[in-house]
Amino acid sequence: MNAIGPGFAWLAQAQQWHGANGIPARLLQHLGYVGISLLIAALIALPAGLLIGHTGRGGFLVVSLANFGRALPTLGLVVLAFAVALAYLGSAGTSAAYIVPLVALAIPPILVNAYEGMLGVDPGLKDAARGMGMTGPQLLRKVEAPVALPLILLGLRTAAIQVVATATIAAYVGLGGLGRYIIDGLATNDYAEVAGGALLVVMLALAVQAAFVGLRWLIVPAGLRLQAQPA
Amino acid sequence: MSWAWENRAMLAGYTGQHLYLALTPVLIGLVISLPLGIACARWKWFYPPALTASSVLYAIPALALFIFLIPYTGLVGPTQSLTLIIPLALYSLATVLPNVVDGLRAVPEPVRQAATAMGFGPLRRLIRVELPLAVPVVIAGLRVATVASISLVSVGALIGIGGLGYLFIDGEQRDFFTTEITVGLLLIVLIALAADAVLVGVRRLLTPWLRGREVGTP
Repeated sequence: MNAIGPGFAWLAQAQQWHGANGIPARLLQHLGYVGISLLIAALIALPAGLLIGHTGRGGFLVVSLANFGRALPTLGLVVLAFAVALAYLGSAGTSAAYIVPLVALAIPPILVNAYEGMLGVDPGLKDAARGMGMTGPQLLRKVEAPVALPLILLGLRTAAIQVVATATIAAYVGLGGLGRYIIDGLATNDYAEVAGGALLVVMLALAVQAAFVGLRWLIVPAGLRLQAQPA
Repeated sequence: MSWAWENRAMLAGYTGQHLYLALTPVLIGLVISLPLGIACARWKWFYPPALTASSVLYAIPALALFIFLIPYTGLVGPTQSLTLIIPLALYSLATVLPNVVDGLRAVPEPVRQAATAMGFGPLRRLIRVELPLAVPVVIAGLRVATVASISLVSVGALIGIGGLGYLFIDGEQRDFFTTEITVGLLLIVLIALAADAVLVGVRRLLTPWLRGREVGTP
């Protein structure tokens, strides 16, 4: 038995491509979850990471939080968030509950990479900027943040890929998106649907990865395009 | 929490299964990444493609890899644990390999030359000098891989092989039994932190010359 063949055959069926359960609709849903979670996580984690890196205070907390975030099992977090929302907010609250674990898992990589990017800025560069009369905020905006940009983007990329995977898993508690095919296929023992869903998720994850690599070429100054190491 | 005490035998069983499913892949990943990393450190052209492959692999969600292995290793029977172990070993490999290469490359050239001057051949120099000096960086990668592997095993519960992840599925099916879900979450975080602490201890044992000095965490 072949693993990917049934998945491609399933993808090739015309009925998968329209309607509320169709691939375009599910893909849009999935992208919506990823976009919203990433936006909220970035709004929280980017300023925090830049500020902590700029002031140099609270670094230990950031690194510990990142380690802790890696240890959190995504499935458990998703099920728990849903269960708590169901218990305290009723079924109306569950529609918003999925966003909490997605944001929670996206924050650590964004935070730690922004922080480490700031940490990696050459002290001589900062001294030179101060010597030229830059104030703290100017230094942050014109020197530190641009130099830290490759690692900041790496953090966003790691978070985005994490959210793509976690949103898939969240289909287990009723979230829409591409994970639906996997969970519904597993429930009905339809391996072709499961494999088709898995293929779609892989393609989305690789597209997100490629988009961030492209973004790096577009917005990172040529002099800074050194190989950013994953953190 | 009395629920946890009443079900301690079941919890111990799932914890054992969880550790087996999570740590075997890390061990496999380490065993493969050492020779591969040595090759990458020696032949520089070999490294960029290996790094690209590992970053592409890292982007692929674990659940999808589990699913692609189902037709080969199955959901039941003697090879069922391979459905999790093979993908997780690949992730571990992708995590540890860059650290092996970086660790070996960071060995100062004077140290290398001193070892050669003392009569060390290439193999003995690698085993006695270069690898020991790379230990802190390799273990930093191993810590990330171990913690990630322990957390990822629970995803396998969606296909019925997931150690403590079973508690999430069971908790959901018992009308969102919050206690069971929370216990599963806490146990997974706990064994992840414990495994991390063990690796820090191993690093201290293997690098006595660094004692008293702070070594960078991943």
